[in-house]
Amino acid sequence: MIALSIVNISAAVISASTPLLFAATGELVVERAGVLNLGVEGMMLMGAVTGFAVTVSTGSPILGILAAATAGAALALAFALLTLTLMANQVATGLALTIFGIGLSALLGSGFVGQPVPALPKLHLSGLSDLPVLGPILFGQDALVYLSVCLTAATAWFLKRTHAGMTLRAIGESAESAHSLGLPVIRTRYLATLFGGAAAGLGGAFLSLSYTPMWMEGMTSGRGWIALALVVFGSWRPWRVLAGAYLFGGVTILQLHAQGAFHLPAQVFSMLPYLATIAVLTIISAGPWRGRFNAPADLGKPFRPSV
Amino acid sequence: MTFTVTRRTFLASSAAAAGTLALGRPGRALAADALPIAFVYTGPIGDMGYTYAHDVGRKAVEAHYGDKVKVTFVENVPEGPDCERVIRQLATSGNQLIFATSFGFMESTLKVAGQFPKIKFEHATGFKRAPNLAIYNARFYEGRAVLGDIAGQMSKAGVAGYVASFPIPEVVMGINAFTLAAQKHNPNFKTKVIWANTWYDPGKESDAAKALIDKGCDIIAQHTDSAAPLQVAESRGVYAFGQATDMTSYAPKAHLTAVVDLWANYYIDRVKKVMEGTWTNSDIWWGFKEGLVGLAPFNPAMPAPVKASAEKLKADITSGAVHPFTGPIKNQKGEVVYAAGQKASDEDMLKMNWYVAGVES
Repeated sequence: MIALSIVNISAAVISASTPLLFAATGELVVERAGVLNLGVEGMMLMGAVTGFAVTVSTGSPILGILAAATAGAALALAFALLTLTLMANQVATGLALTIFGIGLSALLGSGFVGQPVPALPKLHLSGLSDLPVLGPILFGQDALVYLSVCLTAATAWFLKRTHAGMTLRAIGESAESAHSLGLPVIRTRYLATLFGGAAAGLGGAFLSLSYTPMWMEGMTSGRGWIALALVVFGSWRPWRVLAGAYLFGGVTILQLHAQGAFHLPAQVFSMLPYLATIAVLTIISAGPWRGRFNAPADLGKPFRPSV
Repeated sequence: MTFTVTRRTFLASSAAAAGTLALGRPGRALAADALPIAFVYTGPIGDMGYTYAHDVGRKAVEAHYGDKVKVTFVENVPEGPDCERVIRQLATSGNQLIFATSFGFMESTLKVAGQFPKIKFEHATGFKRAPNLAIYNARFYEGRAVLGDIAGQMSKAGVAGYVASFPIPEVVMGINAFTLAAQKHNPNFKTKVIWANTWYDPGKESDAAKALIDKGCDIIAQHTDSAAPLQVAESRGVYAFGQATDMTSYAPKAHLTAVVDLWANYYIDRVKKVMEGTWTNSDIWWGFKEGLVGLAPFNPAMPAPVKASAEKLKADITSGAVHPFTGPIKNQKGEVVYAAGQKASDEDMLKMNWYVAGVES
């Protein structure tokens, strides 16, 4: 019985964390390139509606997931055109992108409200999935969960170990210097923004295809904003973002289980994920890791290449 | 088209002139023309829940009156300063009857109603009236009592899980009515409540439902607006009830029935009263009897005796033979709140802030 509870609670924690992890990892790359895209919520919703619509129409969740990533990237492309080419203000454009995404996804999805879609199948790895307790937790999830963790690993490796990753980071720290060294600032920022959009789209697809397999207007319910906060929480580092996403997801689920067990008002439990996040943030910034908050120096600053 | 625009402009300017043009009998004056009506919603009409149900009522008004009415609606209006602007805009653009359908619109509706004394306003689920502001509400707890009656018979564990939004009287009343009705069949029946602290967050609602099932609940009720808890019930093989509309399509096996909000008859009646000039600033709280609250079709998996029992309870509440809050009723501490045979008054129910014995919250 206890083993069963642990399996169920862990599965719920993983579900709650995965959409945050996708969106936050994508935004991390965008911000490391020096671009601040506040349109994560809108891009997630576009991913959610497109992933759902394509899966329902074609019967193929793989096509749905690809379409979700494409839709998120398409909205990000609009953002990139406005802010990187036309030099619009990034904060205002990002906020507009969220509002636009909420509206457009509602319009596109109006015909899909109330339709059922089969949830993504759980992968079954013979042998590993049959292990007691750990098997179903670690090896009984759907493909998107594994993809989200792989994405974190790949992002960490890319930023730290590859030439392109270092170029991207250099551009985020000082676009002027990078430009004077001949690095392609605008092109790199375009690609980073598109990656962020695609990852947010995948987070949305996880919501509408796996977490709660349905489409409803505004179903992200603010997760895009939490993802943005997680990037800061994780001090722009992929594995810390993953830890943050799982901490936030974990406390969200555990507070539901704790309700009724302790005689505290339900509102106190609802505050817990946020309190825990603030507490960890305070501890990190006061401890020996102090000063290692590496916000990209050129974050949100527009760059016009001097000819 | 041009005519409409001209007339709207005319009405807007006359309304802005604050009665210098006599609009004394708007119903009569507009009888030959379309009566302009407006609805203000807090959610999206595609929420499949509360706002969707109001919008079904709006469509029924259009279907019933055809081109005798000209209906406008505004969705996704936040409950705050913005709603005042929206309501005032609808008033200045010539609408003669404005329905503000959410609790949080109360103060703004009251304020705008004071500024437009010739226009009729209606506010749902609130408690502030004015000479040109009527209020209306539905006795959802009657439906929830029938859900409890079903749960008391369908639950093997005798424990229901309740995904709740906020501990306001409306929700507390529903939890209590549900639990009391279930205890008529199983005196030890318990209702475990998890507060999602949101009206609408599919992910969180689904997590709450999962947690309840993990805690041993084998039937799920909800007072939040998305179908996510039903989907969880479907995948975990337990029964559940929908919210505000028939949600069978999301969970064909799990969905037993749902309390359905039926605003259509009320809206049609109110429009008629404005047309006839008999509109008053009434204060109604209607339920099964008046057809404002209904039930979605029962799941064929429900055994015949359970169906019969649910239908009988509905009929008895409709006729007034049964009141869901009839003593003896004890609170969580075991103190008697209503003695045997005593019924809760409307006033008591509208400020209910305590749980009956058997609720674990």
